Amino acid sequence: MNSATVRTLLVRGMLAGLAAGLLAFGLAYLIGEPGVNAGIAYEDAHTHEHEMELVSRAVQSTGGLATAVLVFGTAVGGIAALAFCCALGRIGRFGARATAALIAVSAFVTVYLVPFLKYPANPPGSNEPDTIGKRTALYFGMIALTVLVGVGAVIVGRRLAGRFGNWNATLASAAGFLAVIALAMAFLPAVNETPKDFPATVLWQFRLASLGIQALLWTAFGVIFGFLAERALRPHAPHPGQAAELPTPA
Amino acid sequence: MAHTAAAPAPLSSPAVTKLPIRAILPWAAFFGLLMLVLLYFVGAEQGATSLLSGAGVHEWVHDGRHLLGFPCH
Repeated sequence: MNSATVRTLLVRGMLAGLAAGLLAFGLAYLIGEPGVNAGIAYEDAHTHEHEMELVSRAVQSTGGLATAVLVFGTAVGGIAALAFCCALGRIGRFGARATAALIAVSAFVTVYLVPFLKYPANPPGSNEPDTIGKRTALYFGMIALTVLVGVGAVIVGRRLAGRFGNWNATLASAAGFLAVIALAMAFLPAVNETPKDFPATVLWQFRLASLGIQALLWTAFGVIFGFLAERALRPHAPHPGQAAELPTPA
Repeated sequence: MAHTAAAPAPLSSPAVTKLPIRAILPWAAFFGLLMLVLLYFVGAEQGATSLLSGAGVHEWVHDGRHLLGFPCH
């Protein structure tokens, strides 16, 4: 029974993530592609060697972009649904929809926003290709660290709530989260590789687009998954086929 | 947390039952890992590390990788 509930929520999380990914793809195509194209134009103007195109720009900006965003949405939706299963009833007196919203906001902040503040998204042409190993390790390390510190803050907050009340415990654990993250940001190495003549407006608009795409994806996921999860968990929601099996008064 | 919520629940409060961690664990172990593999292919494959040779995966998800915030090249 419980295992079946987890399976239902996992499937619905992936579907909600897929739907959110579809919306995010639309936004990415509209506001993200101009920045990608401008970055590639800069790149082409500054390199002498021209590689043969493996995948055309037309495919990269449509089918390729859609694949990436939809797979990303589905995968993070599934993981967020599993986090939802763990959080439900354990982080305070929140119903299914409120818990889904909290999971979505927390995931957006820890998986994207905080790592973005230290290692923001970069358009093509604004990084040195040779440093990809270092940048990948730092970015994924920053995500892992932020998620771990976030989960730790929630666990500590729950412990403190018994002694100091919900409000004070929440403030204290939020302050602790910010302090640890600020320390990590201060000590982790910076990545400053943007070429001196890379257009600042392209960089700014690209990063704003990236932020908007992720914000839309997580907002849509929280709302859609909250709706689906609440329906899955509604205590008295018999399937149409089960209605006939209910005991009838004699 | 449960102790602070000992006051009688208002009637409008939804009854939320916790899902036992033991029921979540098998799903998390298998599908959680599967999701992480998918994220790896979208976010990092053929960048810093390559499981498949060539650059097909990298080129296919190129725009999404940049726009979702992953380091690309």
